[in-house]
Amino acid sequence: MANHLSYEDSVKGVWKGLGLLAIVTLAEVFLSLGKAMESLEEYTWVIYGLAFLIIVLSIYKAYFIIYEFMHMGYEVRGLALSVLLPVLLLVWALVAFFNEGSAWKNNREEINERDNIEAEAPVGMLNEDEVTSDALLG
Amino acid sequence: MAEETDILIADEHQADTGSWDGGDQKPFKASYGKLMMWYFLLSDAFTFAGFLIAYGALRFSSPSWPVPDKVFATAPFDIHNTIFGGEAPLIFVTFMSFLLIISSGTMVRAVQEGARENKRGVVFWMLLTVLGGAGFLGCQAWEWTNLIATEHMTVSTNPFGTYTENGFYLDPETGEVTDEVVKEGETYLLHKAGVSHGEGHEGEEHFEYPTVAGDYAGFQIDDEGFIHRKYVVSETNEVKLQDFGPTAFGALFFGITGFHGFHVFTGVIFLLIILINAGSGVYAARQNGYEMVEKIGLYWHFVDLVWVFVFLVFYLL
Repeated sequence: MANHLSYEDSVKGVWKGLGLLAIVTLAEVFLSLGKAMESLEEYTWVIYGLAFLIIVLSIYKAYFIIYEFMHMGYEVRGLALSVLLPVLLLVWALVAFFNEGSAWKNNREEINERDNIEAEAPVGMLNEDEVTSDALLG
Repeated sequence: MAEETDILIADEHQADTGSWDGGDQKPFKASYGKLMMWYFLLSDAFTFAGFLIAYGALRFSSPSWPVPDKVFATAPFDIHNTIFGGEAPLIFVTFMSFLLIISSGTMVRAVQEGARENKRGVVFWMLLTVLGGAGFLGCQAWEWTNLIATEHMTVSTNPFGTYTENGFYLDPETGEVTDEVVKEGETYLLHKAGVSHGEGHEGEEHFEYPTVAGDYAGFQIDDEGFIHRKYVVSETNEVKLQDFGPTAFGALFFGITGFHGFHVFTGVIFLLIILINAGSGVYAARQNGYEMVEKIGLYWHFVDLVWVFVFLVFYLL
């Protein structure tokens, strides 16, 4: 537990931390609403930049909750590492599955394109009604 | 009864120091319960990460995706109409986030009071935490009800479509091209014929849609009663119908926010149990600085932590 601070200081710390989280959350919401503005539609890189900033702020919020509110910052280093290092595996999952998602999209688009190519009648083969009339003639 | 409780406390007290069979040295200088809570939370984080990554993969695989500002633009008591004039993007869900964040703060206060062995303080701050959690659940219940009953989104139906081309609407009555613009990337909600949908309709000139399924001049009505307006694509002059959005959206939304809501729900139950125990003096007798409060605190902060990411992917991006 937080024996590093006096009781009064740690109480103050909670309200300060709450204020910080509130401000970061509000900033995120404003950035997100700004991202959807029509005047930005032409500038894709600005939208991506804002999205990146929102993600960074969210990760900061996660860090703050884990290290201050959950007191991970005051645990033994080994405990923190044994919980946090496995999370790094998710970086691989993110890259792999998001790539996979875009691959599905590309495949689907390719199939749609191929479906739209007009099939040319194969040369030198009977077409369907000729087959049936032949069959009828016996 | 009192005797029984004493034995129980003695047992648990002993368990707190003796669970590691390696003598007095504790791995990571943490108690058994606290360490196991951390590893449980780690595994739970992977479960949530799996769901959220699935959301990301499906979103990447879809040619269009509903814009959150458009989907989550309503609030209770008609606030989105009376105060925000039709749409209140993300306002309600921001309020929900604040409820969870604040309840996380009150939880830290409860743990601090526990460390000072202050029973009244623990009970008071835990009670506030429970209220925050219950408030969040109430908000989520409203959000779901609105999406299901008013906007007709289900696990398998997603009436929030998004245009992938620019163009103009056809007039519903005559089928002629109007100057009402269809914009690429804009999300629309398919309405049901003859049902109130809780949104102001501007520019539709109060056209009364028939309730019988069929193909009409400027729109189609499907078997479920959804109105699909027709529009002409600027580039190709092709007439198209408003379509449903990606089907996975409904399943992902209800699945993931539901799983998180279930965590909040169990969290509230656990908090209540530990609140009652703390109030009845069980933890005071253990004299270990209300460690149980600390453990449930870890769980509660984790629920808040997960919401940070659910909020990020569903509402902010």
